[in-house]
Amino acid sequence: MSETEDTLGNAGYTGTRVEQSTREIAEMANQTYKYGWSTDIEAETFEPGLNEDVIARISARKEEPSWLLDWRIKAYRQWLTMAEPGWANVHYPKIDYQQQRYYSAPKREKKKLTSLDEVDKELLETFEKLGIPLDEQKRLTGVAVDAVFDSVSVATTHKEILKKKGVIFSSFSEAVLECPDLIKKYLGSVVPIGDNFFAALNSAVFSDGSFCYIPKGVKCPMDLSTYFRINAAETGQFERTLIVGDVGSYVNYLEGCTAPMRDENQLHAAVVELVALDNATINYSTVQNWYAGDKEGKGGIYNFVTKRGKCEGANSRISWTQVETGSAITWKYPSCLLMGDNSVGEFYSVAVSNNYQQADTGTKMVHMGRNTKSTIISKTISAGHGNNSYRGQVMVMPKAANARNYTQCDSLLIGDQCGAHTFPYIEVRNNTSSVEHEASTSKISESQLFYCKQRGIGPEDAISMVVNGFCKEVFDHLPMEFAVEATKLLNVSLEGSVG
Amino acid sequence: MLEITNLHANVEGNEILRGVDLKIGAGEVHAIMGPNGSGKSTLAQVLSGNEAYEVTEGGFTFLGQDLLEMPAEERARLGVFMAFQYPVEIPGISNAYFLQAGLNEIRKSHGLDELDALEFRDLLKEKMDLVAIDHKFADRPVNEGFSGGEKKRNEILQMAVLEPKLAILDESDSGLDIDALRIVADGVNRLRSPQRSMIVVTHYQRLLDYIIPDFVHVLWRGRIVKSGGKELALELEAKGYDWIKELVPAGVAEDEG
Repeated sequence: MSETEDTLGNAGYTGTRVEQSTREIAEMANQTYKYGWSTDIEAETFEPGLNEDVIARISARKEEPSWLLDWRIKAYRQWLTMAEPGWANVHYPKIDYQQQRYYSAPKREKKKLTSLDEVDKELLETFEKLGIPLDEQKRLTGVAVDAVFDSVSVATTHKEILKKKGVIFSSFSEAVLECPDLIKKYLGSVVPIGDNFFAALNSAVFSDGSFCYIPKGVKCPMDLSTYFRINAAETGQFERTLIVGDVGSYVNYLEGCTAPMRDENQLHAAVVELVALDNATINYSTVQNWYAGDKEGKGGIYNFVTKRGKCEGANSRISWTQVETGSAITWKYPSCLLMGDNSVGEFYSVAVSNNYQQADTGTKMVHMGRNTKSTIISKTISAGHGNNSYRGQVMVMPKAANARNYTQCDSLLIGDQCGAHTFPYIEVRNNTSSVEHEASTSKISESQLFYCKQRGIGPEDAISMVVNGFCKEVFDHLPMEFAVEATKLLNVSLEGSVG
Repeated sequence: MLEITNLHANVEGNEILRGVDLKIGAGEVHAIMGPNGSGKSTLAQVLSGNEAYEVTEGGFTFLGQDLLEMPAEERARLGVFMAFQYPVEIPGISNAYFLQAGLNEIRKSHGLDELDALEFRDLLKEKMDLVAIDHKFADRPVNEGFSGGEKKRNEILQMAVLEPKLAILDESDSGLDIDALRIVADGVNRLRSPQRSMIVVTHYQRLLDYIIPDFVHVLWRGRIVKSGGKELALELEAKGYDWIKELVPAGVAEDEG
């Protein structure tokens, strides 16, 4: 009987996780975006416009070394020669980059904070209200947080505990000053400044973000996370994240984000670079909940993001898990360069587009080393007038003997005004490799909903149940806390999608 | 308990039920038999609240309440359960989780506390034993990858957990071999009680060898044309459905056109 007990035990475990979230869903079902408020705080905000002078001022605010300013200027000059990409299956009015503001930071008395006590009370309250208390005592879970508000990091928790293990976790600006050698070595090493239009823009004007370094042989003692909050109006957020996993290290990294509800579209163009050396593992999870715009498609964040990981060392592993629910437009392809032999790249994604949201997202897996392996699981959910595209590229280079890829793209449609598209690109230049691609499209079925209802489950809960079941393979890769959050978000995102 | 009066119902514009009258008391088991296309499954779907079926005339009450305007989930919470002829798959959601969600909705509507995962697990184990279902079912996604027989047994398990006051078994015997049929019937028999009424919809008499009904009704072209005791099923088996055509009141056959 012990075997049976175990089986039931497992069922109980998954049950609890979903149960917990579903209970909260019930409360959420009739809510709209709950992070749509803004904080009234005195801030130093640049005038709209972009030129070399603006970049120099950003650099000066951050007291950056001259090499970094040179790097920014180089990126800016390259950006001027580039055109905004038009190949994605998304449509939006032309962005006037001179109308954007490129820097906004809350004013503070002291330049450098020595402890959390010195952080502005309003900022602490802002994050507390977002459910991200920065007070270490108040944090129930063992997750260290770097909190980024508009263009600056306001606080990073648990630095002391991490320091004991040699883990560096700080805001990007701080890292530039405190560990310039690491930054110099790795910044732009995965996403070069001229990689694409948005990456070049980010390289020129990036404001803040997080830097993590996990030393040799260290398993990071707690999960690390960054929480991004856009607050100021008409201001873009251009964060930069760099994570370096040294030989034999291990880290889970989580990223969350929200923004106020505003009628104007706001620009978010981030760059995330991951470097995994021999035997290192980096698991990067994102729950993206920027403001999606209203029911008529007014407002919302333009999320143009470049995320890429380099599995540089042998047996290294990079795993991207993302839940994309919040932007008006999502343009994002977290990718892996599988250079080291036996390295592994993974991409697990849930992308939701309701109302007038548009998402063009996917991944790129470039197999360069031998016996490299990649897995792509993409789940897209389209509702309302939402348009969702999966765009993925699998490349197997000549030296990647025995490379393997498995891709699965599933689309779920709710209603008959939405769209789902799949654009797979496969390029194989080694005949010992194997590449598999599976795709499915289904509509949420009346019979599933009736079945749930006949068991006493209300229509909203029935939809959330079917949708959550559809996403399970991806949610299973999220840390518990995030999985609960993701389940809730999904419900809010799909609210009112079935009439 | 259930009172159906002059029930007419359409599906996709075709009239399927053309005036069904039926009364079911507490604890009674009624078998509804009839040839294919006579409206048996439509009756089951209409009673349980499938919106694809439209009631055009007449209606029904359950425990004195008019069910017609009540959505499916409220009927379920009131105690109406249908074992589906074709149980539906819900990938990614475990059987245990699905049933717990349903049971808690029903409990909530009766002002009872919801069961937490541990309490529910105990209950589920007990019910699985009652209907002789392997505990592994708890962990598997709802009906996904189940054999035909497993799906039907799973429906009976759901009935055992949700403890309805009125259980409608829609061709729970279809597609089953004799062993599987016996397991399903045993499960159903264990759930018979003076408080629980059942409607057993079936095409064949053989299910009624195992689930002995109190009453048998023959449905033909959307009307109940003959009612009797359990011996009516045997008579039907012996004489075939052609026999009932002779029993039809004048005019019904001509309705077809």
